[in-house]
Amino acid sequence: MLVARSLTKEYPSGSSKLAVLRDVSFSIPTGGFVAIVGPSGSGKTTLLGLLAGLDTPSRGTVLLDDTDLGKLTEDQRAVLRGEKVGFIFQSFQLIPTLTALENVQVPLELRGDSGAVARATELLSRVGLADRLHHFPTQLSGGEQQRVAIARAFSNQPRILFADEPTGNLDAGTGAKIVALLEELNRESGSTVVIVTHEMALAQRAHRMIRLSDGVVVEDTGAQPGGDDAVVAAASLGG
Amino acid sequence: MRASWHTLTSLAWRESRTARRRLLLYMSSISLGVAALVAIDSFASNVTHSVREQSRSLLGGDLAFYSRQKWGPQQDTMFTELEARGLSFARQVQFTSMAIVVNRPGTRLAQVRAITPGFPVYGKITTGPAEAWAHFHDGRNALVDESLLATLSAQVGDTLSLGLGKFVISGTLKDVPGNPGIAAAIGPRVFIPQRYVPETQLVVFGSRADYEVLARVPGNTTPELIVARYKTRLTEAKVRTRTVTQNETQLTNAIVQLGDFLGIVGLVALLLGGVGVASGVHAFVMRKIDTVAVLRCIGATSGQVLAIYVMQALAMGILGAAMGVALGVAIQFSLPSVMKDFLPVNVTIALEPKAILIGLAIGTWVALLFALRPLLALRTVSPLQALRRDADPEVLRLKWRDWPRLSVNIVMVASVVALAIERAGELKRGAWLAGGIGAVLLLLWLSATMLSAIAKRGLRRGWPYVVRQGVANLYRPANQTKAVVLALGFGAFLISTLYLVQANLLRRFDVARQSSRANLVLYDVQGDQGAGVDSIVRSMGEQTLETTPIVTMRISMINKWTMAQMVDSTNPDSVLRATWALRREYRSTYRADTLPASEKLIAGKWFGRTPLKPGEPDAEVSLEKDVARELAAQLGDVITWDVQGVKVRTRLTSLREVNFARFEPNFFAVFSPGSVDKAPKTFVVLANVRDPKTMVRIQRAVVERFPNVSSLDLSLIQKTVTDIVEKVSLAVRFLALFSLAIGIPVLFSAVAATGRARVREGVLLKVLGATQAQIRKIMLAEYALLGVLGSLTGMVLSFGGAWAVMKFVFKTEFAPATGASLAIAGAMLVVTLVIGLLGGRDVFKETPMAALREA
Repeated sequence: MLVARSLTKEYPSGSSKLAVLRDVSFSIPTGGFVAIVGPSGSGKTTLLGLLAGLDTPSRGTVLLDDTDLGKLTEDQRAVLRGEKVGFIFQSFQLIPTLTALENVQVPLELRGDSGAVARATELLSRVGLADRLHHFPTQLSGGEQQRVAIARAFSNQPRILFADEPTGNLDAGTGAKIVALLEELNRESGSTVVIVTHEMALAQRAHRMIRLSDGVVVEDTGAQPGGDDAVVAAASLGG
Repeated sequence: MRASWHTLTSLAWRESRTARRRLLLYMSSISLGVAALVAIDSFASNVTHSVREQSRSLLGGDLAFYSRQKWGPQQDTMFTELEARGLSFARQVQFTSMAIVVNRPGTRLAQVRAITPGFPVYGKITTGPAEAWAHFHDGRNALVDESLLATLSAQVGDTLSLGLGKFVISGTLKDVPGNPGIAAAIGPRVFIPQRYVPETQLVVFGSRADYEVLARVPGNTTPELIVARYKTRLTEAKVRTRTVTQNETQLTNAIVQLGDFLGIVGLVALLLGGVGVASGVHAFVMRKIDTVAVLRCIGATSGQVLAIYVMQALAMGILGAAMGVALGVAIQFSLPSVMKDFLPVNVTIALEPKAILIGLAIGTWVALLFALRPLLALRTVSPLQALRRDADPEVLRLKWRDWPRLSVNIVMVASVVALAIERAGELKRGAWLAGGIGAVLLLLWLSATMLSAIAKRGLRRGWPYVVRQGVANLYRPANQTKAVVLALGFGAFLISTLYLVQANLLRRFDVARQSSRANLVLYDVQGDQGAGVDSIVRSMGEQTLETTPIVTMRISMINKWTMAQMVDSTNPDSVLRATWALRREYRSTYRADTLPASEKLIAGKWFGRTPLKPGEPDAEVSLEKDVARELAAQLGDVITWDVQGVKVRTRLTSLREVNFARFEPNFFAVFSPGSVDKAPKTFVVLANVRDPKTMVRIQRAVVERFPNVSSLDLSLIQKTVTDIVEKVSLAVRFLALFSLAIGIPVLFSAVAATGRARVREGVLLKVLGATQAQIRKIMLAEYALLGVLGSLTGMVLSFGGAWAVMKFVFKTEFAPATGASLAIAGAMLVVTLVIGLLGGRDVFKETPMAALREA
């Protein structure tokens, strides 16, 4: 379960402060497939960063499986990410000096997993790259790189997976295959998937869509009636 | 469970795949510094070992006794007593003589060594033919250096005349323990049996000869014990001694001092390399931000990230240091061929594990420490970077209170101080050295900061765009002003300091070479031979320039103190005065006229101008300033001299500074006319002979008529000195080139540190329509300013550095050589421009499209 409560993120701008996110609240149950959408500058990536513990909010809290991320140190959050969180980035973010197999091994190795090679090989086979294990990122196509990234994201069997514009750098056909793969893995593993995207076609395939505009939630298709999210969503809509 | 060290090491190894070469290049900045340290330490150690191994044969015995006077009954009694204690002796008399080979043209000043059987007590003299040595004492034989045969067109079997003695050249000297060094320039060696010395009639009154007795000391005592037991009697008999240990120390002193100086140069070079490592690793870190952000996203802690990159840096640091060690060993093995003329012994070259390990350890430590500082910044890379991909250099900014960085800074300063103390060999000098290095770095940093500030304030709208852009690069965020000025300035400082030290050391020889008036010196001319010598010179169409009388004497008293009181260590007055200066034989002169060009009056007044006080003697003396200091003699002191048995009281009325490097008769003590004129004396005659053939004819004619008179062709000495000066210059130029070779990778690293931002900026300018020529001009403006500032600051600081080296290491005066230093600064500027433009060539390789994608 991922819970965001009254998340606000401000950055200093000259003598005043610029609020990029304002009072955002919602909760995502385990196994959900949620899309966060909105135009450029609406605060999507900032929200993703806060939810994943990559950054800390100016106000508000993020609870991941009842752990308050704000109460953890930077390194404790890193350990938590290593254990429970997976990432997929728009620009794939594979480590260029490592092969596909080694890239997938890294999260497992960092937490001291002894069966890293076997697990990484299995995952790469699962995403259809059994014959590309020893290729470097520059030797792979965009779609292949993103599949390596997905395998890496699932390598530590994450409780929650964050994807930042996962199809942004791919053509439509490849993008569709990647989304299908994500859906499949989501079903199989039971991991929660949170996708940030501005592509409506992709967002509509999610179980739930949270729309951001100017740092506030303006629509949440999966908000529970009477729950925290519904109140916030209604407030954001001015209701 | 977290990742084990093994897993992290393996990850570090895999992650370094494409960066290894680059990282090694940065780390190689320290290689040359390590090479210098290893080469210097190993070689100095080789020399010390060789001297130790050969010390007995170099001295020729366990203990040597020396005197300027012929051994008399007093000394002989002592030697007889020592013989009874089990010591055995061999004797040698050394003097110079003109050597003539019968029926061959020419003559040559030779160093005659007249020896008794059993000489040397240790070591072996080899001759060609080998049996010549075995039969040496059988008759009137002479063994000579090959060079004498070559000079006089003679061969083995010819007859050699030394004074009035005649000897058969029975062989040549192949190997004599010890290296004659610069003494070989005075003349080749000639060995004769000692019992024939009287036949030469060369060792007579007024002639200069050194008497030596070599002793083999039995196992039940030591040379030191014997010297201690006979100390008083030896002092009374004016006998100096030298033990094997003293000989070792004296022989190794020079090489140890040279090693210390070069060791300091090596250390500074190593630190310069450290600056290069820091710049290079900073560039490396900039490239790793994205990877680190991803690692942080997927669960790596800051400690794990740091461990991965520290391991990479450490491995490359070890490799860089190891390359330095290999190069250092190669240099060590090639040094004997370059330095053989300066070495006291035949040096056995062997690997020195201690020097190698120390070089490897210091190199690795410096590389790691200087790499650690920029690497620490990787801890601060936020995982958010993986989402945002900012190229913001602020990502790596550390708070000044960041304790790991503070700790690294403290360890860095402590390490530099420790290394400086280790190199300088003592705490105080080490502290000064470290302080000096720190001051140079601080001043360079300050000048770079000032340049940024001035560029910001001074920028004018009216300037051409490319100049404005180039100047603005000096103060913009992520500017390279400090990195380049530090690296360049430190490099320029090192090279220019080395050059200035060399120029100052050699300047004295240059003065000597240019300004000597005479090229022929005739000495040991007896009083009645002066006119004859003069007429020989005239008959050949030349003129004598000067005839200088020489009177030998010793000090008897200074004021109320007798010699015995002054050398008595229980007398508080004795500590002020150096025994060598009190006890030495002074070869002095007298003259009325004022000072020659080689002398300068620095205190008091010349003869006849100081009023006489009651009770003071008429006779005046002028002392050379250093010997006056050693004697603790003040103006107005009364010095009593023992002039061959006659006491002469003089008052010290002036002090002179004397340039002993000039090939002219120079004196510690000069007397007023009338004071010592009547004493027995010899003369030195100077002449300037224009033609080399006439030179040989004059020398031959003089020696044939006056066999006791020696002559010295100064042009031969000048040639030898010139050769040595050139070799020293070559060695220093090599060092300077070596420093330049260190400076170049360091500059490359400094430029690379901001290279990525430069390329991105340049490509964006291309997108906006800038031509390659405009981009090149922008870079040129920036690097020209950086180059001018860095090299000029380094140059100015080098005057301070060279002054300190001259004053504290070589204890002599410093004269700045501005022209040459400016040339060095100019060369450094050119190097900077070339490296800057080379570093920017990626701008021209990248397409604007790449920049758009990247952004």
